Amino acid sequence: MTVLVPTSLDEAIAGLAANGGATLLAGGTDLMVEVNEGHRHFPWPDDGATIIALHRVPELATWTYDVPAATVVLGAGVTWATIEQPPLRDLVPALAEAARTVGSPQIRNAGTVGGNLATCSPAGDGLPVLAALDADVTLLSAGGRRTMPVRDFMLGVKRTALQPGELIESITVPVLQGWQGYSKVGVRNAMVIATASACVATDVPSRSIRIALGSVAPTVVRCPVAEQFAVERVDWDALTVDAGDAVEFGRLAAAASRPIDDHRSSAEYRRHAVAVMAQRLLQRAFPGGER
Amino acid sequence: MSAVDTGTRTRDVLGASALRPDGIAKVQGTFQFSSDLGGDGVLWGATLRSPHPHARIIRIDVSPAWKIAGVESVITADDVPGQMTYGLIDQDQPVFASDVVRFVGEPIAAVAADHPETCRRALAAIVVEYEVLEPVLDPEAVVAGTAPAIHPNGNVLRHQRILHGDPSVTGDIVVEATYDIGMQDQAFLGLEAALAIPDPGGGGVELHIATQWLHEDRKQIADCLGMAPEQVRLVLAGVGGAFGAREDISLQVHTCLLALRLGRPVRMHYSRAESFLGHVHRHPATIWMRHHATAAGEIVKVEARFVFDGGAYASTSSAVLLNAITHTQGPYRCPNAVVDGWAVRTNHLPCGAMRGFGVVQACFAHESQLDKLAEACGLDPVEIRVRNVMHTGDRMITGQVMQNVAPIERCLRETAALPFPDEPVGGHDGDVMRLPGGAGRTADVGHVYRGIGYAAAMKNLMYSEGFDDYSTARCRLADGVVTLKFATAEVGQGFVTLAPQIARDVLGVDEVVLDRIDTGVGSAGSSSASRQTWMSGGAVNAACIAVRDRLFEHVAARHGVEAASLRIDGIEIVDESGALRLSVADASAGVEFDETREYHHPPTEDLDENGQGNCHTAFAFVAHRAVVDVDPDLGLVKVVQVATAQDVGRVLNPLSVVGQVEGGIAQGLGLAVMEEIVQIDGRIRNASFTDYLLPTMLDMPPVVMSFVEEPEPLAPLGAKGVGEPPTISSTPAIVAAIRDALRQAGREPRLDRVPVRPIDIIGVHERPRT
Ligand SMILES: Cc1cc2nc3c(=O)[nH]c(=O)nc-3n(C[C@H](O)[C@H](O)[C@H](O)COP(=O)(O)OP(=O)(O)OC[C@H]3O[C@@H](n4cnc5c(N)ncnc54)[C@H](O)[C@@H]3O)c2cc1C
Repeated sequence: MTVLVPTSLDEAIAGLAANGGATLLAGGTDLMVEVNEGHRHFPWPDDGATIIALHRVPELATWTYDVPAATVVLGAGVTWATIEQPPLRDLVPALAEAARTVGSPQIRNAGTVGGNLATCSPAGDGLPVLAALDADVTLLSAGGRRTMPVRDFMLGVKRTALQPGELIESITVPVLQGWQGYSKVGVRNAMVIATASACVATDVPSRSIRIALGSVAPTVVRCPVAEQFAVERVDWDALTVDAGDAVEFGRLAAAASRPIDDHRSSAEYRRHAVAVMAQRLLQRAFPGGER
Repeated sequence: MSAVDTGTRTRDVLGASALRPDGIAKVQGTFQFSSDLGGDGVLWGATLRSPHPHARIIRIDVSPAWKIAGVESVITADDVPGQMTYGLIDQDQPVFASDVVRFVGEPIAAVAADHPETCRRALAAIVVEYEVLEPVLDPEAVVAGTAPAIHPNGNVLRHQRILHGDPSVTGDIVVEATYDIGMQDQAFLGLEAALAIPDPGGGGVELHIATQWLHEDRKQIADCLGMAPEQVRLVLAGVGGAFGAREDISLQVHTCLLALRLGRPVRMHYSRAESFLGHVHRHPATIWMRHHATAAGEIVKVEARFVFDGGAYASTSSAVLLNAITHTQGPYRCPNAVVDGWAVRTNHLPCGAMRGFGVVQACFAHESQLDKLAEACGLDPVEIRVRNVMHTGDRMITGQVMQNVAPIERCLRETAALPFPDEPVGGHDGDVMRLPGGAGRTADVGHVYRGIGYAAAMKNLMYSEGFDDYSTARCRLADGVVTLKFATAEVGQGFVTLAPQIARDVLGVDEVVLDRIDTGVGSAGSSSASRQTWMSGGAVNAACIAVRDRLFEHVAARHGVEAASLRIDGIEIVDESGALRLSVADASAGVEFDETREYHHPPTEDLDENGQGNCHTAFAFVAHRAVVDVDPDLGLVKVVQVATAQDVGRVLNPLSVVGQVEGGIAQGLGLAVMEEIVQIDGRIRNASFTDYLLPTMLDMPPVVMSFVEEPEPLAPLGAKGVGEPPTISSTPAIVAAIRDALRQAGREPRLDRVPVRPIDIIGVHERPRT
């Protein structure tokens, strides 16, 4: 097995171009679990497998705030520990809340937003937030760069639009003006896989409300019907919402989910949890209304 | 926060919070656990396991594995030289399955190779052809006699009833329900691991192993190896937790077999996923109970039916069932009883010992019942319990008379008097992290209701039903230094801390050396059943006293005083008149005293066919109070505080007791709200810590505790075992608190199963039982 440890993005791309089947390694918190559980095998002692470790690539580990564009550009290698702290926490609060729910401090120190997106688990905590915020992902290969909405990047359970020879370079997240937040249900108060999750993000100037759900379908679900309903029902001057409308918003969100029964939960509970979370999130966003 | 003062230490004698000798190494990561054993040239072993819950083996072809470079040995049932099966009570479990597999994970073959990856490939290369059979998964079908036998010994592991008093008695008030308890895992952090070193010439083997009972392991290993016990030497390797899961044989025989065949050292390590398959679990159980009481809330009769799913092999199921049914009454008087208990064989994972050993299941049922009684009688939960408490001298439903100290009323009253949390829901600043849902930020303060629940338990100490689970210890005093030797497995309970405290107390020395823990001395019995402080503590105490007696004789002869007039005062020997005073170090200079003693508890007896008999040795008591915040709409909980008063006899090391109490409560909390092995169609679905959830820092609340100290005259040091009680009634206390919170939210909670799942709280229908 060969392990490449590039120290620049160019070097990483060159390594990837030279080794078509190379496996990318960021924080390793998804990859090594797959190895440990025997889902992924690296031929041993040496059948020519190549690992490209990305943690020394400075371009991937940095982020920038593009003020005129009102976007935050996150390198794929930015860790959850960075995202959960200011200043990122103040720019993309929902992503910071999602970051805080990821694993334990050790996992958040190692795990990256790019790894989360590339793994594309239905329960990945970053994904509903990126979908709700209409984030874009930029993919880079020796052949060039392409950008697409995160929602189009996610194709199915652990399936993405990433092509061989490509890596995730960055994720561009719009900075909205309005309340945003993330909720996640699991059977433990920390370090737990989501049985269901929801992100609500609002942009007051554009009177936009988005909701995206995690763990209730093969990939993240946006709920346009619920979004439209909320936009119409919210009192945009007082920034309040009626309790009854919040309940209906939850019901519409749940209706958009397509959960399954598995050993972690029942579909019925997941649908129920989504409704409750959506309702509560909308009330957090527009707190003036009656409970 | 703890109400207990762990104090300052002058000398680490009994009563002081002596520190663990291995504590710093464990914290710093330098402690050698069994999985750290190895070295150059040590081969790796690995196990091939059944993918089916029930299947006939048509053919096993190991030849492809042999062809892989680096593979040194491949063994199957054909290579077992001695007894083909093992087991703690019934030897019904094959070393390797050869004709039938009875659970997913049952060993079929083992390999030794130069690298774990070679082992993996070798296992993958072995061809096993199966004829898949219909698994028996419904314990009730076994009870009903409608399930086909899946083992030559049949499917009923034990059926035992208890008939006591007048079965026709009825009460003014009758409450009943059926309770379910899920399968809990011991989830120790130190995975199964062993290193076997064959003797040159193959005449014996030395096994370094993390286990709970070296001598019992040795007996079973020797039988399977076809050796005499003396040919098998066991050395305790660093144990990373046990909780019952190391009582049965797992990789011991396999590792020894590989090493003996090869004449080379072999080590074996289980992965976490394999560990879930490789050891026994807590029995899932269905328990029906009906309590009859007077209008004033006095219990007059209990009726119960227990069905324990023992899984594929017997392990300790029969003893677990005995414990469960004999604790039907809990710590309460009960003059009449009709109890029927079954432990049955199915194609589920085998079940056996786990902290609480059958009493956990019984306690969840009887404590849920007591709350129902309280409600029916209009009493509060403490009052109903206090009205029924057992006292020393009371006759239990087995006819046995409670001989030991029984301060259950004090436990209840002191628990109730402990301070409540002084913070409101979410803390003073309404921190979302402190609400149910924690880091998931699912609730706001207004969504949450707080409930309070109580529970109490009685737990037998030591082994039961005629078993002589004695313990042995050797004490040597030379030049003021004491060396202790025992085979007591240190599984984290702190015997390595306690034993030197005993020696310092008895002998007036400060320097105590612990010899290696191995089979080079007589058996210590198992580190289970809350027994080692009593049993091995008793043995160490007796050996130290024997040495002290000889030292006194020696001093008496030298100084012309009566031996009977001497006593230890601190680190000195003094005589009654006060004329003689010399240090133990000086007194023992140049001499050596070496004594070995066994400690046996009073004998017990089997139950008769009506479940009558003096089957238990002694009992300890405990009460718990839980304060729990509940989000009824999402079904999420946050345990805010657990308060407990525990009958400990005498506190020998306050810090150690705190550790046992807090750890036990964490395990009880786990069973209450999250820990469950999920098997669907006989296959485990959550064999990882991703999905088998253990409490984290955000789940485990502060514990406030009070030790109820009434020294136990029957116990050699006055101390009762403290390891199990914390786990037992903490679970029902937490569930009672959830029910209480739900009632305040205007819900009608049943919550008759643990772990309580979100769906149980919100009332969405349960998944069909599997
Ligand atoms: C104990 C534990 C708890 C966890 N808890 C959570 C949780 O609560 N929520 C959650 O969402 N996740 C959780 N995870 C999963 C994991 O931590 C996250 O998904 C994390 O974001 C993965 O990032 P990583 O950098 O470690 O990825 P890695 O493991 O390094 O990589 C994951 C995948 O992404 C690919 N990859 C990595 N970087 C790139 C790139 N730049 N371009 C293209 N492909 C790339 C890798 O090849 C691999 O396939 C947990 C994991 C563990 C071990």
